[in-house]
Amino acid sequence: MTSKKTTNIYLYTRYERFWHWLQMFLILLLLVTGFEVHGAYTFMGFETAVTVHNYTGLAWLIAFAFFVFWVFTTGEWRQYLPTTRKMFSVIRYYAFGIFRGEPHPVPKSKDAKHNPLQRIVYLLLAVTLLPVQMLSGLLYWGYNSWADWGIGWLSLNVVVFVHMAAAFSILSFLIVHVYMTTTGHSVTAHVKAMITGWEDVEEGAMVEAWEQKIRK
Amino acid sequence: MEKIKRVNFISLLFIAIMVTIAPAAAGNETDEQAPGRTMAQQATKEKKMWITADHSKFETLNKQFDSGPEITNACLSCHSEAENQFHKTIHWTWTAGSDLDGAIIGKAGHSLNNFCISGNMMNDKGCMSCHPGWGKSTESINCLTCHSQKDMKWEESFEDFQAFSGSDDPEEQAIANEIQGEILEAVHDIARPTRKNCGSCHFYGGGGDGVKHGDLDSSMTNPNKTLDVHMGVDGQNFNCTRCHTTTLHNIAGRIYTQPAATERKSLVDDDLTSKITCESCHTATPHKQGNKANDHTDKVACQSCHIPDMARINPTKMSWDWAQSGKLNEEGKPYKTKDEFGKHDYMSIKGQMKWEKNVKPEYFWFNGSIAGLSAKDSIDPSGVVKLSHPVGNFDDPGSRIFPFKVHHGNQPYDKINKTLLAPLLSGPDGYWTHLDWVKALTTGNEMIGVPFSGEFDFVKTTYVFPTTHMVTPKENVVNCTECHTGTNSRLADIAGVYMPARDNFKILDTLGWLVILGSFIGVALHGIGRMIAGTNGRKGK
Repeated sequence: MTSKKTTNIYLYTRYERFWHWLQMFLILLLLVTGFEVHGAYTFMGFETAVTVHNYTGLAWLIAFAFFVFWVFTTGEWRQYLPTTRKMFSVIRYYAFGIFRGEPHPVPKSKDAKHNPLQRIVYLLLAVTLLPVQMLSGLLYWGYNSWADWGIGWLSLNVVVFVHMAAAFSILSFLIVHVYMTTTGHSVTAHVKAMITGWEDVEEGAMVEAWEQKIRK
Repeated sequence: MEKIKRVNFISLLFIAIMVTIAPAAAGNETDEQAPGRTMAQQATKEKKMWITADHSKFETLNKQFDSGPEITNACLSCHSEAENQFHKTIHWTWTAGSDLDGAIIGKAGHSLNNFCISGNMMNDKGCMSCHPGWGKSTESINCLTCHSQKDMKWEESFEDFQAFSGSDDPEEQAIANEIQGEILEAVHDIARPTRKNCGSCHFYGGGGDGVKHGDLDSSMTNPNKTLDVHMGVDGQNFNCTRCHTTTLHNIAGRIYTQPAATERKSLVDDDLTSKITCESCHTATPHKQGNKANDHTDKVACQSCHIPDMARINPTKMSWDWAQSGKLNEEGKPYKTKDEFGKHDYMSIKGQMKWEKNVKPEYFWFNGSIAGLSAKDSIDPSGVVKLSHPVGNFDDPGSRIFPFKVHHGNQPYDKINKTLLAPLLSGPDGYWTHLDWVKALTTGNEMIGVPFSGEFDFVKTTYVFPTTHMVTPKENVVNCTECHTGTNSRLADIAGVYMPARDNFKILDTLGWLVILGSFIGVALHGIGRMIAGTNGRKGK
């Protein structure tokens, strides 16, 4: 196994990093308070948990609106376009290759931050799981106004079911996601990159044309 | 690099500040009091009720009274319409219309309870001690029951007065004069009804202190603020009529099937509205803005949180088993035993009874009406018979979750006709005199005109009392987690609504936690695999 030379590239902009850590903080807070409201444990007290959960949820909605604005105005949305190319090799890498010390089949670059697996997972998060959670949360929060909003026919049970199912899904994602940060060329490499913006990549790694963000 | 790191630290700091400050800023934690309290204070600001008459100065009230009705006539000589008004009220008639089967509703009708069961249509004279007439007579009203501030045993006083005043013995004459003096004192000490007046019956319903209501007993004559924030003598010192507002001697409050208030509105909506509901003064959003409790008022009655328990000073009767009555002691005589509160828990004439203090209420959907059974209604004796039960459900916008005292009874029913029976209890023909059920049931049911087959047994029943007094100071209110919990929730039996922490979807929770566990095991195995392989990603140290 030959060790290649690495080079430092600036991968994550300031806003992107800010958004990442903000959403980590908010999601963590929502999970902790949300599961307390669900009755899973007692931590900060039911009443406090409800209050914190509600305000954090509203803060999240505002923050997400900024993210949507950013992702479209900067064209970064293209980074989330799904692809099946090399998807199998990425899956194969995480299932086998990683244990053999093989190189990652899709190295990171400024214009291709996400490998095909990340693209599909993050896309599903951003367009399905998170919006579903936001909508069901907002409805849950506004339960008392349903009649005024003309949705008095809605069932609280359905809203709660969806909100809880999505909560479990997000927690599951979080566990795997945090673990995956340790799979860089060092255990902390990815985390460091998300803090400083600079990621070490192997020199001369080829970024294929299809992976690159199309610039106009 | 340095600069970037600093900027990053600042943004992280910003996140932390923003998230911690946001709720506090929106909650605006100041010492300002809740708007509902401000509203109520404004509604009761003019609480001094002044009076323009001193009854001791009236000529008509300064003469010798030989009987009760004479006093009433003196009252009516000025208050000419009072008797007419009062005769139409439930306090006098003890009836509240008829139900569909023609049964008369009310204690003077066919209604039953699981205490002394029936008033036998006013024929059980034992019940008459609370009827606002003179003694056992139903001819003339007794204004002084509700309006005199002096405690009097009227029947006794007049009997004694008659006995002594006819005597030639000057000593007995002196006693007669003394009694007449007391009578006049009572006649002169006139006021709007106070807690003591109302309490002289309502605290002792069922034949003793705190028997019936868990939230009304003699401790409420002069309660402190901790026992009742409204009536506390060290606080607002409200009389009953402060909330039980009165029109033409009709006093607002629950009347059997009829809710105390059919509309939920506050003085903000209508300045002439009755003050019988909490919302009348406190409005429907009484808590500070943003307080989650305001979102509860459409489904949870104020009482549910603000009266955590009842019978906090004196015990209240929780069950009464008539089937145990009739036992005799070694000498072959009826006997009584007392419990730890000094209350009778066994009486040969009444049966086995249970008293409790600090009783946690039971909660039901309640729209203000209570469905009760009468002596004419058929029952299913195979289970517990709901002798009276709150009406309401989740879908009814007029219903709230409301606290109740539930009194458990075991009382006689007709095995053939499948109806509850109305034994006569007091008097020479009553059960308390002869302890003969068949005789008491035959006489009792004859009095109310309902047939009795002669065959009887006992059936378990429940009877409910809405809990609305003994409102506790806000420091002692029911916590969120006493209801929002999966174990021993106060609202464990409330159906129709999903309550966070009380409820969950079993399958979803099981599946959800399995997925979480699976995720942990998955990444753990993957990580262990990498460690064993000695590789850490592409570098392969």
